[in-house]
Amino acid sequence: MTTEQDFYAAPGDTSQGKVFTVTGQDWDSITQGIGESAEERVVVNMGPQHPSTHGVLRLILELEGETVTEARCGIGYLHTGIEKNMEYRSWVQGTTFCTRMDYLSPFYNEMAYVLGVERLLDIEDDIPEKAEVMRVLLMELNRISSHLVCIATGGMEIGALTVMTIGFRERELVLDLFELITGLRMNHAFIRPGGVAQDLPPGALDEIRDFIVLMKKRLPEYAALCNANPIFKGRLEGVGHLDLAGCMALGLTGPVLRSTGYAWDLRKTQPYSGYEDYDFEVQTWDTCDSYGRFRIRLNEMWESLKIVEQAVDRLAGLEGAPVMVGDKKIAWPSQLAIGSDGMGNSLDHIRHIMGESMEALIHHFKLVTEGFRVPAGQAYVPIESPRGELGAHVVSDGGTRPFRAHFRDPSFTNLQATSVMSEGGQVADVIVAIASIDPVMGGVDR
Amino acid sequence: MSDDKSDKNESARPAEERNLEKAKAETGTGSGVDQPAPDQSPENVPAPTGEVRAVGVRHGMFGTSGTGDTSGYGGLVSAKVFPAAAQKPYGGWFDEVAGALEERLEATELTSAIESVVIHRGEITFHVRREDLPFVAQMLRDDERLRFEFCAGVSGVHYPDDAGRELHAVYQLTSMTHNRRVRVEVSVPDSDPHLPSLVSVYPTLDWHERETYDMFGLVFDGHPALTRVLMPDDWPGHPQRKDYPLGGIPVEYKGGSIPPPDQRRSYN
Repeated sequence: MTTEQDFYAAPGDTSQGKVFTVTGQDWDSITQGIGESAEERVVVNMGPQHPSTHGVLRLILELEGETVTEARCGIGYLHTGIEKNMEYRSWVQGTTFCTRMDYLSPFYNEMAYVLGVERLLDIEDDIPEKAEVMRVLLMELNRISSHLVCIATGGMEIGALTVMTIGFRERELVLDLFELITGLRMNHAFIRPGGVAQDLPPGALDEIRDFIVLMKKRLPEYAALCNANPIFKGRLEGVGHLDLAGCMALGLTGPVLRSTGYAWDLRKTQPYSGYEDYDFEVQTWDTCDSYGRFRIRLNEMWESLKIVEQAVDRLAGLEGAPVMVGDKKIAWPSQLAIGSDGMGNSLDHIRHIMGESMEALIHHFKLVTEGFRVPAGQAYVPIESPRGELGAHVVSDGGTRPFRAHFRDPSFTNLQATSVMSEGGQVADVIVAIASIDPVMGGVDR
Repeated sequence: MSDDKSDKNESARPAEERNLEKAKAETGTGSGVDQPAPDQSPENVPAPTGEVRAVGVRHGMFGTSGTGDTSGYGGLVSAKVFPAAAQKPYGGWFDEVAGALEERLEATELTSAIESVVIHRGEITFHVRREDLPFVAQMLRDDERLRFEFCAGVSGVHYPDDAGRELHAVYQLTSMTHNRRVRVEVSVPDSDPHLPSLVSVYPTLDWHERETYDMFGLVFDGHPALTRVLMPDDWPGHPQRKDYPLGGIPVEYKGGSIPPPDQRRSYN
């Protein structure tokens, strides 16, 4: 359908030039329409519902022929007020909210927030070793699944559908592991202040080992498909250029920053959760373009696999070790177990609080209804998410709820580079440039 | 009937007011504030010296007033005490950063630009006067001893009880050169929520300042296009302020409704 009236414009809105509302397969009418008026400058509104804009991102492009002269982003279509909601829930419940922000890397959201809470509680040094190793394990598995989606959707957007199908095939394996360990494929709320929610289920380490073996066979497929593929390289090389100075000015981190050759990775530079104990390399590239970012992500998956391997070996020696901080005034008391009718409250725990220990019952009741109090103050803890620096600015006024929780989401910040990456290039390259930033709109809008 | 009700309320009110006045006298809020707050347990007063920064008080335990709370905790009053200003020496590299910054400020006769320095949980916060913010940020970015070349963004915080300094803008800065992090905090009153924009120093703050304006109504003077970024353009109010009205949920049962989250009975 093609019209020359803009049904969505309010009366009195701008009516400069002609307005075309197109839904695809009817481009001829536009070329004819423009041909008549002989006007070169076209403003194209892409999205928010567009398969190649990576979720509900709206792009406003000013074109001259096929060249983009100006590009602007419209965001906010997925704003859900998570930060505000967290102010009316207890500190522990906060993880349930923030895990939903960047839905491709839920463990990172939880981790940033939880590290902030733990710093305010001053229990950073009391987190049990097993909990820290499990956090690293889950985060690195998550990095693999997140990078897989980035590569998969990035491939799909330039027409490489095989990359998408195999990307999602492998991601499914990671999600199966998440489901096995946390019970959920996403929105886990598994990393809690003081540790993690549950111990590893029996057989989890074997499953992860099988996964590592399988991934080592399958990861080379991406390299074989893409690395030297002339079409793939033709689309990605030199596209979305942003050098180090641009990254610093615009605050870009993650693979985009590392594609300039600068090895800034918070896991190495400001280690947290025991990352200093793992053997891995920071991946860089020196081309400042989309192709470099693709290669960095591919290499980072190998590095993550290395870390997962080391974490699994450490976990094998930590069987039965605690996964929650020892302080009973902070540690989440409720334990889940698999019963004959599925996952539910652990009967052992119920027996303990109802029949054995009055103290345990009090702690359970107080923590579940009221929650713990966090000393007043503020903390900002950044971690290296798959997209860059994800930080949680957590403010407490001494109460049982966050006074303010703000997330510095890398997608939000990195998306600001859309203009500088795509202006002066072709329309088709805008999509490649944005895919190389890998924004997740749930994180951008929060 | 209605007279009866108001009578009851009359009789209930004085007791509450008495509690409140007692609380005020005890905590020293409302009058003078040089008396220390009563809640000085170690976790609430991390800095050994310096004045205590009390921001408001907490009443009761369950977020209710009046007859809802029959536990006897309703009269409980505790001060909200934030970490106090630190005294020199700060320890570690904090002294280097603070020293270098002060040196630059003294050279330009802006010695009062930094109101206070707070060190809490290993993080250092510089509270900066709003008119000097651009200069301080420029120094922090450009001085080779400081080199905070990376700004992670700005986050607003609304402290409705912090009289005269209700709105805070909090900047997280990173020096990748020296691998350090500092926080810069600016406070402005609710009645005049203006502060200078830092987009010219850190272009990354473009969207961050827009978000903070969107959510808190902080006006960043000099921002190239200070418009809403997450909420719709015609949205009234600034949602993350503490005084933003929240909606309840009507229930289809005898006209009942679930009260808004900030009016529900809950621990506080």
